[in-house]
Amino acid sequence: MQIGYYPGCSQEGTAKEYDKSLREVLKVLDVDPTEINDWSCCGATSAHVTSHKLSLALSARNLALAEKQGLKEIFAPCAACYNRLLTSKNELQEHPEQKYEIETIIEEKINNIPEIYNIVNFFQKIGKDKIAEKKKIDLKNFKAACYYGCLLVRPSGINSDDSEQPNSMEEIVKATGAQTIDWNFKLECCGAAHSIARQDIVVDLSKKILDDAIKHGANVIVVACPMCHSNLDMRQQNIKSKFSDFKEIPVLYLSEILGLALGFDKKQLGIDTHFIEFNLPVRNDVQEVSA
Amino acid sequence: MSHHNTTHVRTISDDITDITSQNPELCYQCGKCSAGCPMRNYMDDAPNVIVRYIQLGLFEKAMNSATIWLCAGCLTCSSRCPKNFDLAKFMDAVREVALRNGVKVKEKTILKFHKAFLKQIKNHGRSYEVGLVRDYKMATFDLFSDVENSPKMLLDGKLNIFPHNVKGKDKIKSIFEKTEVKKCK
Ligand code: SF4
Ligand code: SF4
Repeated sequence: MQIGYYPGCSQEGTAKEYDKSLREVLKVLDVDPTEINDWSCCGATSAHVTSHKLSLALSARNLALAEKQGLKEIFAPCAACYNRLLTSKNELQEHPEQKYEIETIIEEKINNIPEIYNIVNFFQKIGKDKIAEKKKIDLKNFKAACYYGCLLVRPSGINSDDSEQPNSMEEIVKATGAQTIDWNFKLECCGAAHSIARQDIVVDLSKKILDDAIKHGANVIVVACPMCHSNLDMRQQNIKSKFSDFKEIPVLYLSEILGLALGFDKKQLGIDTHFIEFNLPVRNDVQEVSA
Repeated sequence: MSHHNTTHVRTISDDITDITSQNPELCYQCGKCSAGCPMRNYMDDAPNVIVRYIQLGLFEKAMNSATIWLCAGCLTCSSRCPKNFDLAKFMDAVREVALRNGVKVKEKTILKFHKAFLKQIKNHGRSYEVGLVRDYKMATFDLFSDVENSPKMLLDGKLNIFPHNVKGKDKIKSIFEKTEVKKCK
């Protein structure tokens, strides 16, 4: 399967392991991602805060480049990039006069904007049967809390998922043999981009999310966004120093938990670069599934 | 976009309507947005109150509020509004007009972070974390927060010492020049 790939800035920096694990997993699932040539930042959470046109234009440049490259479908593994690209696409399509203005600003024409997938929708498209078919290890001792955060399924109607009770990530994770837990905070905000400027808020919000997952019996949290990951993983250090009784919990990217089930080890997936050590046993001796 | 045929003095509310393509009058103040807002506890005014200020013409109150900067853009409000009012987008627009009007920003560190982030994009086309942290720390004089987490990221090769420059760097710069908000006061 061919697909256009918009990595987003984090994939080259703080979320290198997300990119690495994703590429490994896609190879096994016979997907060949084509990077958008010379892609640039979508403006993330900062452009739309200061200038509506800037945020539209930064996303539009990437959509125009993808179109020029002949890509009909693209996926963005970062939930924030996904949300920005899709929001811009919808706006450009709904407001022709705005589209014309943005085309002038970016000096590119936009005609057929590709279909845009987030990582969960994209794995749905690949199919859980395909994942199950390639699975080498059954992760049945995993009790996963799937964390969607804010930008994967909102605003309501952005994709087929329910914006209050989504279930798509659970479906994918279950294909690894893992159990998924029911919990209350899978859509609660972790404070997102306030991580540096208002660390105090992010520490509070992230702690509530982590506590709720633990309270409902999770032994791992699964995320689909570099920003969610850094707030829930890296910020556990800060949570621990503020709340001495806090119990830590590992946080995996969706691609990493899939990678473990496909037989890769922690190092191959970059899981060893997380702040919270991942030490759930991955028992290939328990249940070998013939490939 | 004002459609009055009598002489109408353009207001900040018109600017907001232009940016968002939606009329602030749509909101009927039920408060559902604020009930589910994750940042509400840290804000001064509730999010629906910001809409009310604009409806009443109390523009300074809205633009001076800490709320507009603390809004994390989580879209919970926009998803749940019974009137389909995109409050997150409205918040973006209030911030934008506050910047245009040179209002004194209540949450300075948050704006400094956004500015430091955007500066990397303007210069390189992609985010550059080392530059971001450097510029943010220089702007805030907050030199020692987060020092505990950086050595590990450096060791893991996650902090790139040099920025990646996209080929279309000049184009990106010109996008910024054409769209960046300039103070008009
Ligand atoms: S939920 Fe919608 S209608 Fe109700 S107060 Fe908020 S913005 Fe207004
Ligand atoms: S987008 Fe802003 S105002 Fe709306 S719920 Fe989220 S933080 Fe609150």
